[in-house]
Amino acid sequence: MSDHQVELQTRRTPGRFARAWDSDLAYSFRRTPVAVVSAAVVLILVLSAVFAPLVAPYDPFDPASLNLMNGFTPPGQPNALTGETFFLGTDDQGRDVFSTILYGMRISLFVGFSAVLLAMVIGVVFGLLAGYVGGWVDSFIMRIADIQLTFPAILVAMLIFGIAKGITPPEYRDQMAIWVLILAIGLSDWVQFARVVRGATLVERSRDYVLAARLVGQRPFAIMIRHILPNVLNPVLVIATISLALAIIAEATLSFLGVGAPPTRPSLGTLIRIGQGFMFSGEWWILLFPAATLLALALAINLLGDWLRDALNPRLR
Amino acid sequence: MLAYIIRRVAQSVLVLLITGFVAFSMFSYVGDPVENMLGQERTQADVDRLREQLGLDQPFVVQYAKFLGQAVQGNFGLSYRQGRPVSDILSERLPATLELAAVSGLMALAGGIGLGIFTAIRRRGVGANVIMTLSLVGVSLPTFLIGILLIYVFAVQLGWLPSFGRGEVTDLGWWTTGFLTVSGLKALVLPAITLGLYQMTLIMRLVRTEMLEVLRMDYIRFARARGLRERAINFRHALKNTLVPVITITGLQLGSIIAFAIITETVFQWPGVGLLFINAIQFVDIPVMAAYLMMISVMFVAINLVVDLLYFAIDPRLRVDGRSGGH
Repeated sequence: MSDHQVELQTRRTPGRFARAWDSDLAYSFRRTPVAVVSAAVVLILVLSAVFAPLVAPYDPFDPASLNLMNGFTPPGQPNALTGETFFLGTDDQGRDVFSTILYGMRISLFVGFSAVLLAMVIGVVFGLLAGYVGGWVDSFIMRIADIQLTFPAILVAMLIFGIAKGITPPEYRDQMAIWVLILAIGLSDWVQFARVVRGATLVERSRDYVLAARLVGQRPFAIMIRHILPNVLNPVLVIATISLALAIIAEATLSFLGVGAPPTRPSLGTLIRIGQGFMFSGEWWILLFPAATLLALALAINLLGDWLRDALNPRLR
Repeated sequence: MLAYIIRRVAQSVLVLLITGFVAFSMFSYVGDPVENMLGQERTQADVDRLREQLGLDQPFVVQYAKFLGQAVQGNFGLSYRQGRPVSDILSERLPATLELAAVSGLMALAGGIGLGIFTAIRRRGVGANVIMTLSLVGVSLPTFLIGILLIYVFAVQLGWLPSFGRGEVTDLGWWTTGFLTVSGLKALVLPAITLGLYQMTLIMRLVRTEMLEVLRMDYIRFARARGLRERAINFRHALKNTLVPVITITGLQLGSIIAFAIITETVFQWPGVGLLFINAIQFVDIPVMAAYLMMISVMFVAINLVVDLLYFAIDPRLRVDGRSGGH
């Protein structure tokens, strides 16, 4: 995949051509209903998560607003004891499921975005260094990347989480869990970025504009950041989109397994973990709605990423 | 070719040394096992005795050397949580994971290759498009949600299959198997599907992509021009070249099946090493985490090495070039 994108870039000269390419992408977007629909779904979900305090009817983290009598209210039906009605029902503690989903999605998205950002920064820096400096730096970085690729990302993330949990004192574990998650997922996912950036940098390095910058006397650091980086950013964005879906799923998986976001600050994965316990006793809504939200989010981002990859691949036109 | 093999083996040894170091560092720096093992009412004498028993009173280098020596013999000390030798616990749990991984791996391979060929040949057909769309849903569905969904439908609603555990197992002395009893086989169905489905969609999509690339090649066009039958072209000419990358990816997926077994085992409370590992993380049981890490890295490295060498043996082009670059 990366090869095609590199190829695409070598043919592209900035300026008018770039604008034509952009509108090409926009045209392809308009012509692909799947892309439009998934973009809309992502937008709605992200906005409602960002503005959760405004959208959500209750604050699930405010103990004052909770009423244990409201526990296990089925969706859309009035509670037998209090007579209150909840759009998506309530969980065992009487928390409004709709509100917990909005707040949970906030944490899921925050962890997902931050983790991808972290992976992207690490990957881009190492990729640029490996590609531009070359030599033993290149071998060293890519050897580490190879070794890490031997292990599935989710396993690496679990291990990092486990180690971090061992290091942090027990009383801070719940507070730190979110940051540890970001670190674990981010560190488990940088290799892809590094590989693609390295490949693209190798191509860009031999270009005349880099030579010109070098002749003018620019420092290697400035050349990497100011000149090469903008030209290798496109494939990075494609990978970032696909990584985002993977990171959200990874976060949900870790939280579901009980090695992620704590029940006091539940993400979608934690909510599913909680809901699973009520599956056998018939309170299906506590499980179903968070699961459906997670699925919609992951699927929409995946479809968007799929479209982006195809749209940027000239061989599939 | 010999140089290539030597380089690959050297790299494998390097990976093992590094994971060994990570495992050892975990022992040395993460958490205080004494703190974890002894309760509130401990005396200093208890603490000292346990430190000595666990060898924590010795210098770093001695501990590292001892660790490596012990690790090679498969000895990782006592579990902080259960107080039993880690090697015993692991060997007790390993058959469950391996049986699950083998069944779901075979299922993924057979299903993935079959569906991949089908969707490539009938590229524009309705069936192929439906399968492709479903596969995208399958890739987006996290493994644990597939498991929960299957439990809900087949265990809670229909009540056909058990929702947790391994069923009745037969003890063969050194191995426990669930293959020999009806309840063991029934218990295997849902976890195996859960674990295999994701790998199956991956293999299917890969086979399809490769097959489409190959079908576009000149030699296929030439075979058509020669008037060969479709079946001969698809299966005798195209499939053979499709399978080269498929073998690599499938081999690598074998490793991730074992890793993803962690998720499946947790959903189904399957008594394998994955569930053990998750519990170890939750309770910061370092010896179990380290032993699992070492065990799984030996497996991964071995699989990668075999796949690379196999790749080399299958694709004659690599032999001519003399090197593949190791990526």
